[in-house]
Amino acid sequence: MTEKLHGYVEKIKEKNADWVVAVAEGHGEITVTVPREAILDVCSFLRFEQGFDMLADLCGGDRGPEEDPRFEVNYHLFSTVHYMRLRLKVLLSEDDPNVPTLTTLWQTANWHERETYDLVGIKFTGHPDLRRILLPSDFDGHALRKDYPLRGYEPYSLN
Amino acid sequence: MATAVENIPSQLEVMDQPLESEMTLSMGPQHPSTHGVLRLDLKLDGELVVNVIPDIGYLHTGMEKLFEYKKYQQGIVITDRMDYLNPLGNNLAYVMAAEKLLDLEIPERAQVIRVLMCELQRLASHMVWLGTSALDLGAMSVFFFCFRQREKILNLIEAASGGRMTPSYFRIGGLMMDLPAGFDNRVKQFLDDFPEALSTFETLVTGNTIWQSRTKGIGVIERDEAINWGLTGPSLRASGVELDLRRHNPYTGYEKYDFDIPTETDGDVWSRFRVRMRELNESHKIVRQALERLKPGPTKADAPKIVLPDRDDMRKHMDSLIHHFLIVAEGFNVPPGEVYHAIEASKGELGVYMKSNGGPKPERVHFRGPSFVNLAALPVMSEGEMVADVVAIIGSLDIVLGEIDR
Repeated sequence: MTEKLHGYVEKIKEKNADWVVAVAEGHGEITVTVPREAILDVCSFLRFEQGFDMLADLCGGDRGPEEDPRFEVNYHLFSTVHYMRLRLKVLLSEDDPNVPTLTTLWQTANWHERETYDLVGIKFTGHPDLRRILLPSDFDGHALRKDYPLRGYEPYSLN
Repeated sequence: MATAVENIPSQLEVMDQPLESEMTLSMGPQHPSTHGVLRLDLKLDGELVVNVIPDIGYLHTGMEKLFEYKKYQQGIVITDRMDYLNPLGNNLAYVMAAEKLLDLEIPERAQVIRVLMCELQRLASHMVWLGTSALDLGAMSVFFFCFRQREKILNLIEAASGGRMTPSYFRIGGLMMDLPAGFDNRVKQFLDDFPEALSTFETLVTGNTIWQSRTKGIGVIERDEAINWGLTGPSLRASGVELDLRRHNPYTGYEKYDFDIPTETDGDVWSRFRVRMRELNESHKIVRQALERLKPGPTKADAPKIVLPDRDDMRKHMDSLIHHFLIVAEGFNVPPGEVYHAIEASKGELGVYMKSNGGPKPERVHFRGPSFVNLAALPVMSEGEMVADVVAIIGSLDIVLGEIDR
């Protein structure tokens, strides 16, 4: 299973060696760390030339305020042709948590990116409708950040 | 008071300036056909839908935040409350992600029971879908027939786990406990009765002319667009994509079972209805096969530091007592790493992204809910349809707001 996945990683490298920063393997899955600038190109290469035609999931994560880079965005690509999964990862620093949107490639990225923006506070440049999706529009802060307290800052009221 | 009256346009003025062609209608959040608390901003041209903007988050409880503050084994009970029509599927996705991180080997009997229970749960979930979506379209009696069948399944789940809606039956490393005595006979009894119920549903709904005209050609989504919107499960298979993770990314031993993947090509409400109806048959087949595979054996993995010991062992062996104390009080450390585990839930791909930093609590747990993704495609399906058809389309997507909002 992972040999085939390594084949796709090699193909990305062949296409452009700068697109792959690191490759990690574990539990039968492969994570390819991709520079932020290249994420759209890598996804479009994988989608149109390697059969990864579905964006199964997109989620953000906070590694903790003391970490640098602090944020990460995980893209779980899936293929309805060869049924493989590949995880792409983009690392983002705290000062500049921006990443290009994938809504131009996959419509499904729209809500995933809104959710990531809402809960982790990562901005997706070029997103057509980057609003909060789960929390109210006047909510203060981003709840899934590690420095956000479990019970919030103050009793929240809907008024 | 006087100024307020002045602001109201006179009757004549209103007649001269009819409403502009576009009207905004807020549907929900307490509308019964939204299957929970979903609000839709409908942009209408007369009765035609120009655009739909779903507004979600009314049921948001911050589960993903909560997971980070709970030990791995405590997270299982949170998953029950996500997709509350398919709690065992949520349990399975969560525990399998943790097991993947821990590299645990699950005994054969536990795997068979997991398949058995998950397929029963899928039947129960599809029963609610059929009942409520038929109720939305005005077929009230179907609802009662469906819920009668669902009640039988919930009784089975209760017999095994003690909970009807919140079983938490699957644990990291196996099951909470083995099946009770006589359980297989009760399942057999249910399986024998179920085909008759299924034919009742077919008689009540499938051949019904009103049902057909309300569903055929409504809410069409083409194959490529369905993939683009990330649809999974029955909604994707209704658009002609043969994708079932039980077959194509098999987990917990599904590769050993013989079942078909029903697909349709039209991608409309009717197709989604047909796919789910045929899936009921397939699940019925799998439950039967699982019963045949049920052989005596252990139901918990051989990992004393992760799996709670039996009560009896705790009374006799000191190490069991120590392990029990440590698991409950401190939890168990999970090696650092990240996994994404996806299962075929009743509504589509339920994926869990779990990241561990080596401690007893996960660093990040993210759920990719099928309802969340499928609902996002509602605007493309509803465009150009009638208002009443939006209700049919929501019913055909089988959304559960507990999972969308998490």
